[in-house]
Amino acid sequence: MTGLLVTGLGVVAPTGVGAEAHWSSLLREESAIGPIEGFDPTPYGITLAGQVRDFRPEDHVDSRLMVQTDRWTWMSLAAATLAAEDAGYAAPEDAYATSVFLAAGSGGNEFSQHEIQGLWAKGPRSVGAYQSIAWFYAASTGQISIRDGYKGPSGVVVSEGAGGLDSIGWARRVVRRGTPAVLAGGTEAGMCPYALLCQATSGRLSTATRPEDAAPPFSRRAAGHVVGEGGAILLLEEPAAARARGARRVWGEVAGYGATHDAHHHEDPAPDPAQYARAIRLSLADAGVAPDEVDLVVADGAGTPRLDALELAALGAVFGRRTTPVPVSAPSSYTGRLMAGGSALDVATALLAVRDGIVPGTAHLDDPVDVPAGVELVRRPRVQPLSTVVVLARGSGGFNSSLVLRRAPEGEAA
Amino acid sequence: MSPGRRVVVTGIGVVAPGSMGREGFWEMLTAGRTATRRITFFDPGRFRSQVAAEVDFDGRRLGLTAHEVHRNDRFVQMALVAADEAVADSGLPLGSGADDAPDPERVGVTLGSAVGATMRLEQEYVAVSDAGTHWLVDPRYASRFLHHALVPSCGATELAVRFRAQGPATVVSTGCTSGIDAVGYGSQLIEDGDADVVLSGASDAPISPISMACFDTIRATTGNNDDPEHAARPFDARRDGFVMGEGAAVLVLEELEHARRRDAEIYCEVTGYANRCNAFHMTGLRPDGTEMAEAITRALDQGRTDPDEVGYVNAHGSGTKQNDRHETAAVKLSLGPAAQRVTMSSIKSMVGHSLGAIGSIEVAATALALQRGVLPPTANYEVPDPECDLDYIPNTAREQKVDVAVSVGSGFGGFQSAIVLARPSRRTS
Repeated sequence: MTGLLVTGLGVVAPTGVGAEAHWSSLLREESAIGPIEGFDPTPYGITLAGQVRDFRPEDHVDSRLMVQTDRWTWMSLAAATLAAEDAGYAAPEDAYATSVFLAAGSGGNEFSQHEIQGLWAKGPRSVGAYQSIAWFYAASTGQISIRDGYKGPSGVVVSEGAGGLDSIGWARRVVRRGTPAVLAGGTEAGMCPYALLCQATSGRLSTATRPEDAAPPFSRRAAGHVVGEGGAILLLEEPAAARARGARRVWGEVAGYGATHDAHHHEDPAPDPAQYARAIRLSLADAGVAPDEVDLVVADGAGTPRLDALELAALGAVFGRRTTPVPVSAPSSYTGRLMAGGSALDVATALLAVRDGIVPGTAHLDDPVDVPAGVELVRRPRVQPLSTVVVLARGSGGFNSSLVLRRAPEGEAA
Repeated sequence: MSPGRRVVVTGIGVVAPGSMGREGFWEMLTAGRTATRRITFFDPGRFRSQVAAEVDFDGRRLGLTAHEVHRNDRFVQMALVAADEAVADSGLPLGSGADDAPDPERVGVTLGSAVGATMRLEQEYVAVSDAGTHWLVDPRYASRFLHHALVPSCGATELAVRFRAQGPATVVSTGCTSGIDAVGYGSQLIEDGDADVVLSGASDAPISPISMACFDTIRATTGNNDDPEHAARPFDARRDGFVMGEGAAVLVLEELEHARRRDAEIYCEVTGYANRCNAFHMTGLRPDGTEMAEAITRALDQGRTDPDEVGYVNAHGSGTKQNDRHETAAVKLSLGPAAQRVTMSSIKSMVGHSLGAIGSIEVAATALALQRGVLPPTANYEVPDPECDLDYIPNTAREQKVDVAVSVGSGFGGFQSAIVLARPSRRTS
């Protein structure tokens, strides 16, 4: 089948609200990582994060809805609106023709911390009526479908960092079964004391205190990732339906997808990259793309030496026979890792890169590790025609996902 | 979709209140016995609703290691125990490394959960905040495994690791339809050719102060504290809200030819699944049931099933005023005249409402009903409600052979799901 078309991008990221703000920030090589604002994170041994500092929820979310929802949902509501606006998408007469299928990571963290705090400090009556709908992982999906009147098959998948790609993979199943348009992707907001503490117990967070010291993925100094918030929501449409409504723009095509699990250990990655490499190969086969035809890989970039080495080994296994190495970039070095939102944002970044023919760089990658044959790490943005991009994501515990994006077929572009 | 790939259920495992394992669960349902009681996990004195269907669960006694119990919330522990039983029941040597084990790369996991590790997150919060005293929580009191609790995807990981499932894995979290959706998604993985075997199910353990408090404030749960055993009264005119429950069920889903080649015993075929949103309200339901009816109709369409063929509907039947009316309308709308002949029951009357888990527990009950020719009753049904006027199988199980059954679910966020199961003799032979 012809792939799904991406016809709208909605970005709410540390690097900017809106796809263009995010992209121009990446091109200016401006890292959005800085000291955590809002509370003192030092008890957790953490200083830095990629916060969405210029997000004004009241610009995007009705005030009545704001009090019922967590920051994570505000970002999802904003991203969904931005995606629909970007696509010029108005809900069609058939309300069942649009679905919302998002990834979730950790739910309505800050809202929930407030309510549990109140419950234990003051008693059950202090818990408000909205806790039951603000915290759970389906809150953002439900609120978008209600606000925008979308009645199609909706869903929520949770696979930690791989979720953004997985939501797109599941969106394809929704479209195959007859629903022409799906909002997919996701956002994440874990910037409150309890959520940060929970993340810190993974032992995978960077303890750097200055942004320039937070070594990026694939650096010899890599020692954990910086957490971030935000993400992206994309509008995906079945090609004939997009044409029929006169979609004004096609960002690209979702050409292939593959997902595997290490099934090795509840925390540690598998000792070899076999399942990660298999996810990449599955997505390439699904797209009918040979490793030689890939112009760019947007890496997961977990930022620990072990996970980085495994990712490079997986890339070496798939791309090692290429005559020219495949460029590999980790734009998450500018934002931190956004859990479920991160891989959705990487898809938006990849499509912006394809549009402009510019490969994004990897922040502060001044001391890169050795790479296997067939792989080249991209440190600075550079001009390069792009038509096929692979986006990779992993979720802690062993989730591996790979998505192949292709420049829109001739005649589809606006 | 790869044409012709059909999905069957070849293993069932259940962790339900008031019983032990799949057979204990079935015995309890067919006896019409209820497992609802005054909450024992904490003192419910300050709560409006003080009743729940609790599982007397001890992971260690049920085969989990000390490490598994230590690092995992109750919802994951119950999922592991249910999966152990389902896999043993299927006869597939998953995770054993045996020569005849299925290719691990062709085994997937879809685990539903509405609220994940909420119980552990709350218990740990009490420690690190000193019972809500400090907003800036103290890391010195934190468990090493808090990250595991923060991300419910750990549930899918634990199953994948235990049974060496290297295919696609995910947690499905669509609130109270998670359990049906997880089985639906698992079926889609097989239909689409991405797996031959999928462990599909759901687990939730929400009987904790924060969960009880948040349903108290919106009066979704029952206030019938004086008579816990009869507190859950779906479709009865006196119903006043659901009774919180907990538990897990896991099914082994298998591609039909894969199951046939090894002569597996087949409970039923999954012939259709659909979900829709009402795009109306996070907790409210319009009485007409339009979107649930649409989900039922689409799920029947997928298996080219005529509404006349449906012999049993396993209801969402939560026992809230609005739900039972909404659902009755949806069944009438989707089945038409056949609704007047169909039988329909809510096992929540016995095992409570375990949020996301219950969908899979109900799919398990439906599969057992098809296989055994016995339909579980709606317990505590005494006073008919003029707005709920179908045959709800009051109080006593009914011996009745059924070829096709539908299980439905409805949840916060407006999600409406339906799954269609058919007896194997009907189509698979």
